[in-house]
Amino acid sequence: MENFVSPRRDEIVRVTGAGVRRDGRWLVRGVDMSIARGEILTLIGPNGSGKSTTVKTVLGIIRPDEGSVWRAAGLRVGYVPQKIAMDRSLPMTVARLMTLTGRHSRAAIAEALALTGIGHLEQAQVHALSGGEFQRALIARAIIGKPDLLVLDEPVQGVDFSGEVALYDLIGAIRDRTGCGVLLISHDLHVVMARTDTVICLNGHVCCQGTPDTVAASGEYAALFGPRAAQTLAIYRHEHDHAHLPDGSVRGADGQLHFDHHAHGPHCDHDHGGHGHA
Amino acid sequence: MGPIATTTTGAMAMLESFFTRALLAGIGLAAVSGPLGSFIVWRRMAYFGDTMAHSAILGVALALFFSVNPVAGVFAIAVLVAVLLGFLERRGTLSADSLLGLLSHSALALGLVLVSLMPHIRIDLMGLLFGDILAVSVTDLAVIYGGGIVVLGVLAWLWRPMLAGTVSEDIARAEGLEPERTRLIFMVLLAGLIAIAMKILGVLLITAMLIIPATAARRLATTPERMALYAALGGIAAVLLGLWGSLHFDTPSGPSIVVAALGVFAITSIIPLGEKGTAR
Repeated sequence: MENFVSPRRDEIVRVTGAGVRRDGRWLVRGVDMSIARGEILTLIGPNGSGKSTTVKTVLGIIRPDEGSVWRAAGLRVGYVPQKIAMDRSLPMTVARLMTLTGRHSRAAIAEALALTGIGHLEQAQVHALSGGEFQRALIARAIIGKPDLLVLDEPVQGVDFSGEVALYDLIGAIRDRTGCGVLLISHDLHVVMARTDTVICLNGHVCCQGTPDTVAASGEYAALFGPRAAQTLAIYRHEHDHAHLPDGSVRGADGQLHFDHHAHGPHCDHDHGGHGHA
Repeated sequence: MGPIATTTTGAMAMLESFFTRALLAGIGLAAVSGPLGSFIVWRRMAYFGDTMAHSAILGVALALFFSVNPVAGVFAIAVLVAVLLGFLERRGTLSADSLLGLLSHSALALGLVLVSLMPHIRIDLMGLLFGDILAVSVTDLAVIYGGGIVVLGVLAWLWRPMLAGTVSEDIARAEGLEPERTRLIFMVLLAGLIAIAMKILGVLLITAMLIIPATAARRLATTPERMALYAALGGIAAVLLGLWGSLHFDTPSGPSIVVAALGVFAITSIIPLGEKGTAR
């Protein structure tokens, strides 16, 4: 970790040319990003594009094999990982989960739970929660220490659509309220985009980055996510320039049906390894 | 069976009774193995604890060979086995499970072979496997309580990072709690408990006292702290019940304690819980 002077005010994290290699293969390479206080940065990209690896590098869980990660001195982090493998033999109330990494008052616990809408579950066992409630408990746990940087790895997994909207609203509200920086992973662009300041589109490397609008308008984004996504963010789904129809045929972006083979359009020049078609 | 101090009073006189010393030793060990065993259950490390306990035989053998204190020998070998396991795991061709099997039985067999190669030493094999809680000396008690207080003290000091690392190593690391360091210290604490418990419980009963009281406590507990406390209390109950049973029915004391622990587990398994039951 290099320690150089931050050129931007309120910058809390800067990643410069970071790459992580495992078993001779680069999981992700050439990542540059910067997060400032109060900023929401969303990482998008297909499965296996290195989103979680990038986030873990930012957090210092993984040491980059090249490049550097700078974090502001004394940075307080709240982390909601993608998966938690908590053994059922471990009894844990929601209230006790809140003090997992630090001591907090009863009032602070009640406030964090109220903010995430699960105040009534304070004494519930964590193992008894539904997927959405568990995600909210994890978010409450992450924000209770008043972090400078809140990191969420696919926080809406296992949550239905209305719950998804509510969770994104919650994350936005937390940012507005506490002024923390937010680093968010999404495999799904359609809702989070509205609240996001910066989007980084990842596919083993940074494909493109900028505001949601500039990313949506960029050719790389269209190549990775399909032209439909570029036209309208609201109904975004991971799509290529063609769709696989139920009868096994393939329909191109121009509406033409291809029965012989499925070809990619001229813009679709990215690597298809490691992710499937929606 | 020997007389229990009835005519004399005072602590020193109490300690003159082998049965009182056995009770005190068992209570001290149960108080430490409850919380430590809870972590072993939560982290799914039962087989790991077993392996470290088995390595104690090799520790005793080497201690005899080099004429050092067996407690120190057992501790050193248990730590060595833990470090070796971590190293082999990182090399990554064999699963942790297979590696544990390899180390566990090798250490046990090596220890027994080494002991047999020292003809001038006659060693009680049953004592190594099952311990001899009725032969506890005042010095042993000092080791158990001195060592036990150190182990519990360190565990209390590192409780939060250790628990955070148990729930999620990634969260612990991201939020600055250094889970690798606490995991290493946990293994040292476990080695310490095995070293002080070896003579009293033997290699086969140490893991039983780590695992059974903790599993018995699970159903009644709502938080990790309560489970650790209940495990300690359950272990103490098993010691009292087991030693009483061994005196009453003239059964071997170590196994009797484990049977009593099993009884505690059976009882907590059938206690009906209220609406907010935690038995999920």
